[in-house]
Order: sequence, then structure tokens, then C-alpha cells
Amino acid sequence: MNILHYWRAMWGIIGRELWRFVTQRERFISALVRPLIWLFVFAAGFRAALGLAITPPYETYILYEVYITPGLLGMIQLFNGMQSSLSMVYDREMGSMRILLVSPLPRWFLLLSKLLAGTGVSIVQAYVFLAIARSYDIEAPWQGYLWVLPALVLSGLMLGALGLLLSSFIKQLENFAGVMNFVIFPMFFMSTALYPLWKLQESSELLTHLAQYNPFSQAVELIRFALYGQFNQTAFVFTLSAFVIFMLAAILGYNPSKGMMARKGGAGG
Amino acid sequence: MSEKIALSIDDLSFSYGGKKALDSIDFKIRAGECTILLGPNGAGKSTLFSLITHLYDTHQGHIELCGFDVRQQTRQALALLGVVFQQTTLDMDLSVLQNLRYHASLHGLSRKVAMQRIQKELEQLNMYDRRFEKIRQLNGGHRRRVEIARALLHKPKVLLLDEPTVGLDVPSRQSIVDYVHHLAANENMAVLWASHLIDEIYPNDHLVVLHKGQVKANGSVNDVLQFSQSTSIKEAFYQLTQGEQA
Repeated sequence: MNILHYWRAMWGIIGRELWRFVTQRERFISALVRPLIWLFVFAAGFRAALGLAITPPYETYILYEVYITPGLLGMIQLFNGMQSSLSMVYDREMGSMRILLVSPLPRWFLLLSKLLAGTGVSIVQAYVFLAIARSYDIEAPWQGYLWVLPALVLSGLMLGALGLLLSSFIKQLENFAGVMNFVIFPMFFMSTALYPLWKLQESSELLTHLAQYNPFSQAVELIRFALYGQFNQTAFVFTLSAFVIFMLAAILGYNPSKGMMARKGGAGG
Repeated sequence: MSEKIALSIDDLSFSYGGKKALDSIDFKIRAGECTILLGPNGAGKSTLFSLITHLYDTHQGHIELCGFDVRQQTRQALALLGVVFQQTTLDMDLSVLQNLRYHASLHGLSRKVAMQRIQKELEQLNMYDRRFEKIRQLNGGHRRRVEIARALLHKPKVLLLDEPTVGLDVPSRQSIVDYVHHLAANENMAVLWASHLIDEIYPNDHLVVLHKGQVKANGSVNDVLQFSQSTSIKEAFYQLTQGEQA
């Protein structure tokens, strides 16, 4: 077992995922349409209703569209993480997950490679979204487009690891609707993606705390600051810690002796 | 025939919660031998395969693949194992070539070596001309051939097949049965073939009859016929599984 083996396997997994993404045109379009509707329809409607004070990293009054752009980048990655999770459950039900799991490599490495592949796909989507937004004058400083890359990598890994963890618990594809109701929607709406924390504070102290400690909020803030060339240390530490915890739990979940996989019944003869 | 033991199952038990799926299973497979694991639905065949491939962990008993403990030396053991699962495990939206290259990368094969082996295996199974076709465009028999080619790419010592011919027409079934027996006889490969189809058994095969998680008979075709005092495999199977249909 040498380093070249790991390298080839990792690129095999990433290449397969990217190829699937490129060839599945509907998936690419729907991944973009969702945040674009939020940006051009929802944000346009709420522009007048929501007055935004000047808060870091912004140094001037901004339009609501500008405010929610980092939140929508987070949304792309959140949905992508859940999509990857869904495809893992599908692959497990359909059997192709088995081919991955019976290859002679450590399971943590296989899961990490799968996660990197999903994150790569989400970053492609995020940059296409940023390009469309820029063409409609929703801009960030040029260097922000570079600084946001490491932030997107970390947030993508964190949200992907969450998806991976969920997929180890979900036995059947049908149970996935629950993930939408109990994970995606609460995470998205109880966050700083659509409204700043001080706005929430005006209405509910509890909601403010929930939003503040929501890993998704921290990922969005990491992206928001990076997009303006700034480093948000708290958000970075929080997002990194959430990634490590989710990843370790996912590895445990896929461990044949300890995780959920061991307790699931097998079909067939 | 070589006497080298390729797969050894010792005192293996497994339960789903309180329900026992395998109960103290013991048998061995030698290199160059084709062993048919015969059992009705629910006998525990797929569970056994999940344990050999380490999809499930072994809590009681031992599985050794060419001397490597599947639980302790998982990666070394899996490197020597080729598997064709009961359900198709190919990516429908990728071509034959892409599916095989993906598998080759998981086993660390270089692009050059992978392409050489893909060509060789696909040619042997008369599938090389169809390498650019998407799996979705292939019929069930051709998909199975691709899965067998894939299982052989990394030159395994042991080949597991979990009811690979289910749902196939007679000519497709026959060609797969012949080819796998050829691999055992000419490539010195140890084959474990789970089936409930009696006509897939050759006279020289080794038989393991599994029923309700227990090995009911284990030996050559003649041994099993003698043990069950039967004149045909069908009759032996009927007696050993107490009247359940194969």
C-alpha cells in the first residue's frame, strides 16, 4: 500500500464525482436556480422591508442582495452536502457504495475523498453563482473572489461532513424528507444567511442564540468576511471544529463494528 | 488441484439484533476450486458475503483470506478479493470504460496498467467493442460481464459471486457459468459462488449447502449425494433444506 495508491484512488473518486456532476445537466441547473431565485426574487422583494445598518465586514450601506450573497453561497454548499448525502444513501441502496467500501483502503480515507469530491462540486457551483451575481452588479472586491476560496473549502467540508454523518444514520431514501424538515430548513432559517444577528435580537433572544451557535451561521460568516478580504477567526475556529466533529462521527457511523452500518439488516439470501 | 487454502471460515456466527443469521459456519475453499454456496432465500448467503467483504464486522468466529484475517488485516485481505454483488453495483450514467477505470483507481493501478487489463478482461468477455457505451444502454447479461471483468482487474486470488445470474436468459447464464468455471480451472482462482440454481453446478464443484444460517452439507458433489443418500443434487438439496425449494 503506497502513497501513489492513495493518490490514484482519491483522484478516481473526485474525477467520478465531477464527471457525474458535469453530465447531469439538470442537477447543475437546479443547483443554480435555487439561489438565483432567492437573489433576484426574494431579495428584491425584501430590499425595502429590511433596513440594514453598517456592520462588519461592510464599511458602507449595502443592498440586501449584497448581504444575502454569502448566505446563498452557504445555501449552495448546504444543499450540495445534503445532495451528496442523498446520493450516498441511494448508492448504498443501489449497491454502488459497496464497491467503494470493499476497496483496499482505510474507510476514513474513502469517506474523506468522497467529501473532497463533493466539496469540489459545490465550489464550482459557488463560483458560477458569483459570476452571475457579478454580472448583475452584485459585486465584491476582486481579491475577495480569491480569499473566499479557502473559506468555501472549509465550509464545504463541514457541510459535506454533516451530510455524510446523516447518510450513515438514514436507512432508506424515503427517510430523506425528514432531513429537509429537520436539518436543512432549520439550519438555513435559523442562521445569519438571510438576516443579521442584531435583527434577530430584536425579536427573540432564544433565536439569536440558536442562530449564533448554528454551524451554518459560522460558515456563512466565514464566507462573508473572506469575500471582503477579512479573516473571521471565531467563525473559522467554529467551522473547523464542527467539521472535525461531524467527520469523526461520520467515520464512526460507517465503521462496520461500531456504527449504524453494523446494526442494519442485510437483504437477500 | 492445489491444496493451498484461499478462504477459511471458522466458527462464524452473526445476528441482526436478536435474530441469528449465521450459526457456527465452518468451511474452506482452496485455490483452483469452484465452491457453490447453495441455499434458499434467507439462508444467510448475502450476510456471509457482507462479512467476508468486511461490510459487516465479524464478532464471533474468524475469516481468513489467503492467510490474512479479514478483521485485523482488512486491506491486505480486500486487495486479494474480487466481488460481484447480487445487485448491480455499476454506475449507470458512466461508460463501461469509466466504470472499470474507477475501480482500477480504487485498487491503485496506474493508467497504463489499468488500460491493458481492461482491454484483456473485456476482450475475454467479448465486451471490448462496447467499452464506450453507457451501462444504462447494456442488457442485464452484458452488465454482469462488465462486473465480472471489473472484479478481475486487480488480479484477485478469491472471487466471490452473489447470485450473479439471477434474472438472466439461459445463454447469458450459461456463458457466465462457463467462464467462472474456466477461471477456477485455468487461472487457479478460488471461487465462491452463491446460488439457488442447481443447474449451475458442475460435477467437479465443491458444495456448501446453507440453510437457516447453518451449514447442512460440505464436500464434493459426490460427498453431498452420499451424505444425503440422494441420487441427484435436487433431491439432496430438498432433503437437506427440509423440503424448501431451491
